Amino acid sequence: MAAVSAQASKRTQRGPRFRWALNLALLPMALTVVFCYIGTALWSIRISTTSSHTFPAHDFVGLFQYTRLFGTERWIVSLQNLVLYGVTFITLTLLIGFLLAVFIDQKVRGEAVLRTIFLYPYAMSFVATGLVWQWTLNPELGLQSALRQLGLTGFKFDWIVTQDKVIYAVAFAAVWQMAGLVMAVLLAGLRGVDDEIWKAARIDGIPPWRVYVSIVLPMIAPSVATALVLLFLSAVKVYDVVVAMTGGGPGIASEVPAKFILDYLFGRANLGLASAASTVLLVTAATALAPWMYARSRAERRAQQGVV
Amino acid sequence: MSVLTSNATAPVANVRRARPARPWLTPARIGIYGFLIISAAFFLLPLYVMIATSLKTMDQIRLGAIFSLPTTPEIDAWIQAWSSACTGLECRGIRVGFWNSVRIVVPSTIISILAGALNGYALSFWRSRWADWLFTVLILGAFIPYQVFLYPMVRGLAFFGLFGSLSGIVIVHTVFGMPVMTLLFRNYYASLPQELFKAARIDGGGFWRIFFQLMIPMSTPILIVAVILQVTNIWNDFLFGLVFAGRENQPMTVQLNNVINSTTGERLYNVNMAATILTSLVPLVIYLVSGRWFVRGIAAGAVKG
Amino acid sequence: MSSVVIEQLHVRLGHSDILKDLDLRVENGEFLVLLGPSGCGKSTLLHAVAGLVDVTDGAIWIDGNDVTWTDPKDRSIGMVFQSYALYPTMNVERNMSFGLRINGTPKPEIDQRVQRAASMLQLTSLLARKPSQLSGGQRQRVAIGRAIVRDAGVFLLDEPLSNLDAKLRSELRRELKQLHLNLGTTMIYVTHDQTEAMTLASRIAVMLEGKIQQIGTPSEVYDQPVNRFVAGFLGSPTMNFIAGSLVQEGSRMRWRSPALSLDLTDYAFAGQARAAEKVVLGLRPEHVALVASDQPADGRATVSLSEPMGANIVLWLDLEGHQIAVDTESHVTHKRGDTLGLRVDPRRVSLFDAESGLRV
Repeated sequence: MAAVSAQASKRTQRGPRFRWALNLALLPMALTVVFCYIGTALWSIRISTTSSHTFPAHDFVGLFQYTRLFGTERWIVSLQNLVLYGVTFITLTLLIGFLLAVFIDQKVRGEAVLRTIFLYPYAMSFVATGLVWQWTLNPELGLQSALRQLGLTGFKFDWIVTQDKVIYAVAFAAVWQMAGLVMAVLLAGLRGVDDEIWKAARIDGIPPWRVYVSIVLPMIAPSVATALVLLFLSAVKVYDVVVAMTGGGPGIASEVPAKFILDYLFGRANLGLASAASTVLLVTAATALAPWMYARSRAERRAQQGVV
Repeated sequence: MSVLTSNATAPVANVRRARPARPWLTPARIGIYGFLIISAAFFLLPLYVMIATSLKTMDQIRLGAIFSLPTTPEIDAWIQAWSSACTGLECRGIRVGFWNSVRIVVPSTIISILAGALNGYALSFWRSRWADWLFTVLILGAFIPYQVFLYPMVRGLAFFGLFGSLSGIVIVHTVFGMPVMTLLFRNYYASLPQELFKAARIDGGGFWRIFFQLMIPMSTPILIVAVILQVTNIWNDFLFGLVFAGRENQPMTVQLNNVINSTTGERLYNVNMAATILTSLVPLVIYLVSGRWFVRGIAAGAVKG
Repeated sequence: MSSVVIEQLHVRLGHSDILKDLDLRVENGEFLVLLGPSGCGKSTLLHAVAGLVDVTDGAIWIDGNDVTWTDPKDRSIGMVFQSYALYPTMNVERNMSFGLRINGTPKPEIDQRVQRAASMLQLTSLLARKPSQLSGGQRQRVAIGRAIVRDAGVFLLDEPLSNLDAKLRSELRRELKQLHLNLGTTMIYVTHDQTEAMTLASRIAVMLEGKIQQIGTPSEVYDQPVNRFVAGFLGSPTMNFIAGSLVQEGSRMRWRSPALSLDLTDYAFAGQARAAEKVVLGLRPEHVALVASDQPADGRATVSLSEPMGANIVLWLDLEGHQIAVDTESHVTHKRGDTLGLRVDPRRVSLFDAESGLRV
């Protein structure tokens, strides 16, 4: 059946006028992909092998920029922060998002209201999120001060001005923004689990928590994996919330790679170094993407063959 | 021919058990609601702080009780944020940014959606090997951190004299919104029955006729989702606005950051919070109004950042 | 093997009474089918027996124990669902053993039970496979296997064949019947398909709107339907219904309609035979004999349509404006427009009061 209609559509497409219109329509996409995606990426990589400062140079210095990059303290700090931020952000967002989804799935009253409350932060910009949390965590006038006034005189929460804790404060704000999204995605997955599986589990005498852990979670594993990859990429790209919340500070304590690149690209006019940094970021993103896409395409191929 | 073929009384020797008490409020229920309510409080906290702070006077703010209600609520901070806050060199308020954002969002949304629809249409109804390959690369591109593309895009736009202009930022948003929009429309058109398309071809429709007269009118659900996605994402964008918009067109998010993080002298927290709310107002309203459509947008694979 | 007794069951969901004052007794080892259209309450009844639905009032006894308020896992039941509800990420062995593992059964006993069930159901070679790698029939067997390892006294089956195509359905139906013969476990089976009910059941309970209309063996329910609904629900093609009246002629009763007239001397009346204005005659297509139009007959009709089924032909005849179906052998050919005589055996017909629908 599919073969017949494929033949039919090939036949109807043979007219030259259609080919022409189709190619014209696809031209913007082709130009975009070739120039704005592939071309720019290649050019960036090329610049990273030069000694460009304010303007692109056309020499070739090999991996000089990369060695210089990894000798720059600020870059090393930004990478360390990326790891700390990434792990904290991804773990907490997944955990909280999952718990929220599971608890809402328990046929609670006011579900729609709760969902609205958990998801609204996602509608705000990262900048707004950063600014609000900057204010809330303000040591003199914010959370710390308020709780001290309420009686907890020894309460300390000045993370936002503490060098080794500030990155966690930033991660915290990002979790607030994104947990609702994970909740929405996982809730949809949970709702996709057939009701009859729950009935069968009840008859087997399996307690609900065990059903979630041993039966439901493996069933929604693909959704969790997708959420994980998307969160990872969001972590790698983190920029807005850092700029808004701490400006990279105190000092360079909350520096992140994306901010490093922007600063060196425009502020400190060091194209070569910044391009090397973006290439490193590109490779980092690719390392997460490649295995996931491979696993996805393998699962699709297996699904097409394996169904009896 | 009786309805019941046997006597249906229960064995007399066995005792009937009483109905067990089943209170609605079990420890499990308490735990669930407890967690949800505490979480809700955590999520609503910043919103409360934002609103409360924006309505307080600076005197009250300096006292430090961030969770207290405003003693004498005033909207002065809002007025100041809107019309006289300093966003860099000028002090004309964040309304400048508001209108800039509007001027950026409207054309960007329209063009990026049109491009996505056209691409999705071409890809799903007209098979083409090289186009499918192109599409795969496009999708991969969506996952790459934008910093890789930045400088070359700057130079490219400068070459055409579009750097720092409204057209420039619109182009940027169209280019970087293309993967998600194309994916959205392609999946949507793939879910429509092929017979419609074939019937239109038999009726003599050409490529563009079918697109404008059949596909677009049928795309209402996905158009709504696309509009919500693009308006929210472009309005909330910071990076592209910072780099490409140029001083006259700075969107609200960039101006907001300027208002708050580059003020000298005493920081007017109430004004800051008012400005933050004003900047978040448009996407929040869209979110509250669109409800289910917003979630559909998320499900369609658009995670920003 | 367990018996099930349901006493005055009242199940209320939301604002409606799905089941009210329902009594039912299922004997040890029997295959009871709950048959009825969508919404008649058969699934609710099954779920109440399983403990998946809260009972508003009444009692359920399994094997002499009051289980009305007991958890499903303690009721000694096993259940097979429409979608089989196998745990997709576990293999067959784990699917069958998971419940036992959770509830602390010692490992050797689990293995023994699983092996026993697997050999009974010919699943031994499939134990390592996942549900997605099994055929429909194999999945059904695994679902039953899950019930067997629990040493369940009663198996509850909720329309397990509804999702399948016709060929697979008849194949699995036979497997199920064979299984019941081998195992001898009490089974309560829900379906809307009367063929499944007729072929599988030792007794059928026909339900409508939360009430059991009739319960009896397949032949009882088929030959002696207690009301019009039951008569029309069983049998394919459906029973023919013709409006008419009962008249008394001397010592005989006769049923009369404009085109058909029947001597009811041999008919077994439910109660006192009395003349009545509106009585509907129920006639099964296979109980009508066709003769040439010049032969003596109970009525005459014209052929309007012929449906060859392969093994037989269903002839549709016009009887004074009604279309009635008659089952004939396939070698007999009648043309459209032929007038034929109808001969009916009064011992095989059913009479129903036109208003109440009850058997007369």
